[in-house]
Amino acid sequence: MPEHSRSLPETVEQFLDSTLESVDSAEELTVGVAQRAGFDEDDLMKIGLAVRESMVNAVVHGNRYNAHKKVRLSVTSNGSRLTVRIADQGEGFDVENLPDPLAEGNLLRTSGRGIFLIRSFMDEFLIRRLETGGIEVTLVKYPVSK
Amino acid sequence: MSVKLNTRQVGDVSVVDVAGRITLGEGSSALRDSLRDLVGKNHKKILLNLGEVSYIDSSGIGELVSGFTTVTNAGGQLKLLNLNKRVKDLLQITKLYTVFDVHDDEAGAVRSFS
Repeated sequence: MPEHSRSLPETVEQFLDSTLESVDSAEELTVGVAQRAGFDEDDLMKIGLAVRESMVNAVVHGNRYNAHKKVRLSVTSNGSRLTVRIADQGEGFDVENLPDPLAEGNLLRTSGRGIFLIRSFMDEFLIRRLETGGIEVTLVKYPVSK
Repeated sequence: MSVKLNTRQVGDVSVVDVAGRITLGEGSSALRDSLRDLVGKNHKKILLNLGEVSYIDSSGIGELVSGFTTVTNAGGQLKLLNLNKRVKDLLQITKLYTVFDVHDDEAGAVRSFS
C-alpha cells in the first residue's frame, strides 16, 4: 500500500432510502473510499461484502423497507483504519441469540449467515442500540502492512 | 448486470450456466426460479456452473442451499462446477464446501451423476 495514500483522510456521510438500491450504493461508495485508502483487491471484496450484509440488515430487517425510515452511512478513512458506521431506525434485534450458522444442525439453513460473514471479514464489529431507536453497527478494517 | 442464467442439456444432466452477481433481490430470485422450474419439469440431475459468477452474498449462499435442498428432496442431485476463489472461500468459511459435490471439470462432473 503506498504510504502517501494512507495519509489522506476522508469522510463521507449519507442518508439512504430503505431500498435494495441503497445497498448497492453503500457498497460502491465504501469500496471507493477503501480503494483510495489503498486497500488491496482481497480486502476490497471483504469490505464490500461486509457493508452489503450490514446494509441488508438495516434495510430489510431494521427499517423493513419503510419509505419513511432512512439508513445513515458514514465511512471514514484516516490512513490507519477504515471505519464504517451504518445505523437504521428499526426495532433492533438481539445479536447474542442469533443461531450459529456453523452448527451441524444449521448448515442447511437458507439464512442467518450475514453477521457471521461480517465478523469473518472485518477486524472489528460492534453493535449498539441507539437511544433514538434502531441499531448502529460499526465495522473497522485495518490495512495490512507491507 | 445482476445475473444471467442459461440452461443446456448434456445427456440427461441439466447444466445451468450462471453469470454475474447472486445477491439479494433479482439475482437470488432468478436462480431460485430457474432451479424450481427444472425440478418442476422433473429434471433431477442439475449441475450449476458458477464459473462466471463474480459475486455472491449471504442471500446467494442461501439460494444455493435452498436449491440443494429442493433438488435433494425431489430425489435429485445438485452439484457445483467451476467455483472461483471468492465463491470457494465463502463456501469454505461457511462450512458448506463439504456439503456440496464440487467439480472443476464439466465432463467429469457430468459423469459423476449416478
